Amino acid sequence: MLSKRIIPCLDVRDGRLTKGVRFKGNIDIGDPVETAAQYYRDGADEIVFYDITASHERRDIMIETVRRVAEKIFIPFSVGGGIRTFEDMRLVLLAGAEKVSVNSAAVRDPKIISEGAEAFGRQCIVLGMDVKKVPVSDSIPSGYEIVIDGGRQFTGLDALEWARRGEALGAGEICLNSIDADGTKDGYELALNKLISSSVNIPVIASGGAGTPEHILKVLQDDKADAALIASMTHYGTYTIKEIKTFLHNRGIKVRMNW
Amino acid sequence: MIAIIDYNAGNLTSVKRAMDYLGKESVITDDYSQIINAERIIFPGVGAAGRAMADLRKRRLDRAIIEAFENKKPILGICLGTQIIMEMSEENDTECLGIIRGRVSRFSGGSSGMKVPHMGWNSVILKRNHPLFQGVEQGSEFYFVHSYYPVPDEPGKVLGETDYITRFASFLAAGNLAAMQFHPEKSGGPGLKILANFSEWDGRDYVE
Repeated sequence: MLSKRIIPCLDVRDGRLTKGVRFKGNIDIGDPVETAAQYYRDGADEIVFYDITASHERRDIMIETVRRVAEKIFIPFSVGGGIRTFEDMRLVLLAGAEKVSVNSAAVRDPKIISEGAEAFGRQCIVLGMDVKKVPVSDSIPSGYEIVIDGGRQFTGLDALEWARRGEALGAGEICLNSIDADGTKDGYELALNKLISSSVNIPVIASGGAGTPEHILKVLQDDKADAALIASMTHYGTYTIKEIKTFLHNRGIKVRMNW
Repeated sequence: MIAIIDYNAGNLTSVKRAMDYLGKESVITDDYSQIINAERIIFPGVGAAGRAMADLRKRRLDRAIIEAFENKKPILGICLGTQIIMEMSEENDTECLGIIRGRVSRFSGGSSGMKVPHMGWNSVILKRNHPLFQGVEQGSEFYFVHSYYPVPDEPGKVLGETDYITRFASFLAAGNLAAMQFHPEKSGGPGLKILANFSEWDGRDYVE
């Protein structure tokens, strides 16, 4: 049986974490490489870097960060945010990332999914979906719409339809972020995760809303998600990965306990 | 010196980085004589069997691997490398190296509703101990990414098994050859321990 994965997400701008990360008993760390290495030692199953560097010219800084991370951590990690072209994908994977995540770029040009899957294998390609709840309509029958550009731009795409299409195009995994739940710490959007997970045959990573181990338990139960993305609940020392995993393990969720 | 065989099949640098981290000298190479003269050999790979075999043959590396095996060099197969040591793969109907008898089959997720590829962390149930697993805690999990899995004819060659859709062979051993379906270079501490063990391994497939 596969274990459910716990995946910390680090926001990076110009090669630095956008907010300090404070592990229990430690001072703030702003270096994504050191922070990733610490999460690796603490038992993270995978790490996501979300590059919010505005200018495309500064891509080299991110590539260099990826290269340094790859020398220090020996679990899979993925990079999202700055991936706009096939060439971006290639550089990030060559630098040592296991996966790349495409979001707005895939909405603008879905070919990037199929081209990436063909060249690097579908296991490398994660479809990042930012989703907002909207009234059910003919064009959005699921009541969930895809938004892009950090949630500012509605696309008219139905989230369920887009997830299925992404899978057909060759995405190997979906990272499903609820814009409504993001930052609330009130828990993941369970109905959305259940809907998408039960409709595709690729793993779904739940994202947005995690505040407590109980929230993670709820989204991982009954196969609503294969993995849970977390940020603030471990970044500021509220919980350790080990505490979260022990909580899940004691409640019958299979998670990796030796690392 | 450890030769990491280069045949255009991805994930070579991650294996190299893990060896660097462990302080073990290694080189990524597609040079026939460098491979057969290396002290030990890692045969990694991510990709499709058909193209991989074609690339190996074009560079005569299929011969290099078989020769190194016959010369009792310690060899480590990883993921696609493990599938290619079998006789035949259902993936692109590919004739493979045939060092271990048997075939490579595809997971059928269909009726079970389970997802293919098998991707993520899963455990390996050891049937007997092996030098590469010395010091690796029982129940440790390893990182898998694959849609095909080896089905050896001889049960004695299967040292470790993993449950996903079916119970499949995830760790094979035949004398100086050890082969794993998971990625030790992506499996944290337990995976690094296997790579460290390999870099000291004398090629005997039993623990005294």
